[in-house]
Amino acid sequence: MAVTVSIPTILRTHTGGEKSVEAKGSTVGEVIDDLESRHSGIAGRLITDGSLHRFVNIYVDDEDIRFAGGLQAPVGENSNVTILPAVAGG
Amino acid sequence: MLVIRADLVDEIVAHARRDHPDEACGVIAGPEGSDRPERFIPMVNAARSPTFYEFDSGDLLRLYRDMESRDEVPVVIYHSHTATEAYPSRTDISYASEPEAHYVLVSTREPDSHEFRSFRIVDGVVTEEDVDVVESYMFAHTGADDVPDHD
Repeated sequence: MAVTVSIPTILRTHTGGEKSVEAKGSTVGEVIDDLESRHSGIAGRLITDGSLHRFVNIYVDDEDIRFAGGLQAPVGENSNVTILPAVAGG
Repeated sequence: MLVIRADLVDEIVAHARRDHPDEACGVIAGPEGSDRPERFIPMVNAARSPTFYEFDSGDLLRLYRDMESRDEVPVVIYHSHTATEAYPSRTDISYASEPEAHYVLVSTREPDSHEFRSFRIVDGVVTEEDVDVVESYMFAHTGADDVPDHD
């Protein structure tokens, strides 16, 4: 089962410049673990102390995982996972 | 340096005035690799706050999908400060995650005048840059003036 993950500009240093990569997993957490196994360092940019970094949004098929179970959010076969940095400030 | 059309500067300032005293925010998209801001996209400040701004997460996804389908990137990411100077706050720096973007800040603290400044924010380091406001990109100065004039 392959999931397509869209990588934002700021994380493409971890993917050799690739805008999207394939990964495996049935939850967002598993997909991130799988990404980390091939793109070392990427998990630390997304997760702090076991939860999603507040500066990052992750979507599964257009749904923000904050409203869908967080890192436990299910990822279906052929799902698209999109990672986007939040645009915010003070 | 940020080279930007005068009408886009006017749009940003007008948006900032309209939303004052809350912070206004948005993007000017441009063709990937061009560094040329072209398409003005005002965004809703989901925080509706005088001290914070945030793109709604659904709006953010739609914005990036739309830019991707047009081969665009966010050349300018702008927001206003409504009671302080047009300089990135600590929060702005901690959230900044588009190393290629020009972060534009407008201050609307003075009713009759505004500050309009542009910054690069890379790995937590803020670098102010010059802003060159032009009428059209067609005649904008684009490189070193190293070609001698001939009469």
